[in-house]
Amino acid sequence: MVYENPDGVMVGLEVHVQLNNLNTKMFCGCSTQYHDAEPNTHVCPVCMGLPGALPVINKRAVESAIKIGMALNCEVVEQTQFHRKNYYYPDLPKGFQTTQYDFPIVGNGKVVIEGEDGEHVVRITRAHMEEDPGKLIHMGSIEKSKGTLIDYNRSGMALIEIVSEPDMRSPKEARRYLDKLRNILDYLDVFNGDLEGSMRVDANVSVMGGQRAEVKNISSHKGAERAILYEIMRQKNLLRRGGEVVMETRHFDEARGVTISMRTKEGEHDYRYFPEPDLVPMRVSDWAPAIREELPELPDAKRARLISEYDITEMHAKALTSDIRVADFYEVVAAAIDPRVAGTWVADVLKGELNYRDLSVDSFTTDDIIEIIKLVGEDKVTEQSAVDVIRTILDNGGTPMEVVTEKGLLKVKGDVVTEAVSETIAENEAAVQDYLGGAEKSLNFLVGQVMKKTKGRADARQARELLVEALKD
Amino acid sequence: MITKDEVEHVGWLARIEIDDAEAEDYAVKLSSVLDYFGQLDEVDTDGVEPTYHVADIMNVFREDVVTPSLDQKDVLTNTAEEKDGYIKAPRII
Ligand SMILES: [Zn+2]
Repeated sequence: MVYENPDGVMVGLEVHVQLNNLNTKMFCGCSTQYHDAEPNTHVCPVCMGLPGALPVINKRAVESAIKIGMALNCEVVEQTQFHRKNYYYPDLPKGFQTTQYDFPIVGNGKVVIEGEDGEHVVRITRAHMEEDPGKLIHMGSIEKSKGTLIDYNRSGMALIEIVSEPDMRSPKEARRYLDKLRNILDYLDVFNGDLEGSMRVDANVSVMGGQRAEVKNISSHKGAERAILYEIMRQKNLLRRGGEVVMETRHFDEARGVTISMRTKEGEHDYRYFPEPDLVPMRVSDWAPAIREELPELPDAKRARLISEYDITEMHAKALTSDIRVADFYEVVAAAIDPRVAGTWVADVLKGELNYRDLSVDSFTTDDIIEIIKLVGEDKVTEQSAVDVIRTILDNGGTPMEVVTEKGLLKVKGDVVTEAVSETIAENEAAVQDYLGGAEKSLNFLVGQVMKKTKGRADARQARELLVEALKD
Repeated sequence: MITKDEVEHVGWLARIEIDDAEAEDYAVKLSSVLDYFGQLDEVDTDGVEPTYHVADIMNVFREDVVTPSLDQKDVLTNTAEEKDGYIKAPRII
């Protein structure tokens, strides 16, 4: 099946990734650990743009950029350098942003995503290094603001901007691309994606018959999907009514779920890019082999390996590798017990329960899940009880045995079930008659009664078998 | 020739207010600067590698090691208005 893309939707994304795992900012030694700090406490003459301050490039930031480029199948450029992008806005005290222009450090890559019709390639145009601006807080609403508060702690943080070709054909594909990107970046360990503002998105959106709009201020993957969906509807409606979709910049209002036109008097050439005279050019392509050597196993490769090494299903391998922490967790469990059984418990059960609670896999220990799966394997608790144990530990804490003991979940012995079956048959004559008369459904009722008598500790399948056996005569 | 409109636009980009008389004056002066630089276009640069930086050096980096930042009160010394450790600016659209 081929996706037709009836509206000719084209989406390209610019993703800003903050390298918050570095110790210092892009061009100065200020610490990156400002997230819980007082405003304007992580700044120096360089990130404040004070006269005479001299920026120096953080070597590890450049290494991270190359690492990201390689993971996105990009080429590393021969020679690269920084430019000044001039604009006058209080989020950058210097009056310009130090960024890259015509010699981005890496380019010509691709990412494979799960598209509308199977595997889909999103081409990566380029990825470049730049500095993050400071943070502005508007006093009151943006329309009626009484003033603006500025915190420069973020100013000068190293950013990598990853620019894709307009290869995504729906909001869903854009979301999948962002998820995949986040997934890859997590594997590379170049940033902590859980920190506020660590991944910010601008989306270029167009439909057939119109020009593209650039939607800014998207701060989450879900937000991106919503913003793009809104923007496609807006453009289609406009064209349907005979209007014209013009090239413009729009602002995504997350609370209202709409995009708003931002009238701007600045065009691309107004940025007056020129080579940054305070920073010398770089020739770093010879770093590539050493960095490639250090590159970790990436999601697609890990998925393939899990399937071949542990003989688990494609679906389980996908679920496990979509988060490197889950994949690592799984491999510890798979070393201790049957990897296929482990696959089911980690990918289906545990991951489901974690997602439901919006928790990460760090909320559970491999020892606990191994113990729980063993209890099921040794026929000591039912599968249903095991799920109950997982839920209880997530919600209230405790160890598996504590929960099992406290809730009396140890499976009851066969003779107790047999007894419960006899009692059930004796007490439910009508249902028994219905069943014998051909009403299969009545058996479910009887099984339910047995489970009730044993407080759920009987194995439902066993109870059913015993009932059928007892009612044969 | 630089027009008055262009001067006003450049003024706006730098957030500098320029009145009518100034704009006319600057248009003439900026034009002559550009003409002067225009002479560079006459130089034959065929086969000459572009210069991206006047210093003939490459690859200056620093290690990823934290150095002390400024004290908040020093950071705020030059600001006209502050509030709770923030620099306060007029309303920005
Ligand atoms: Zn600094």
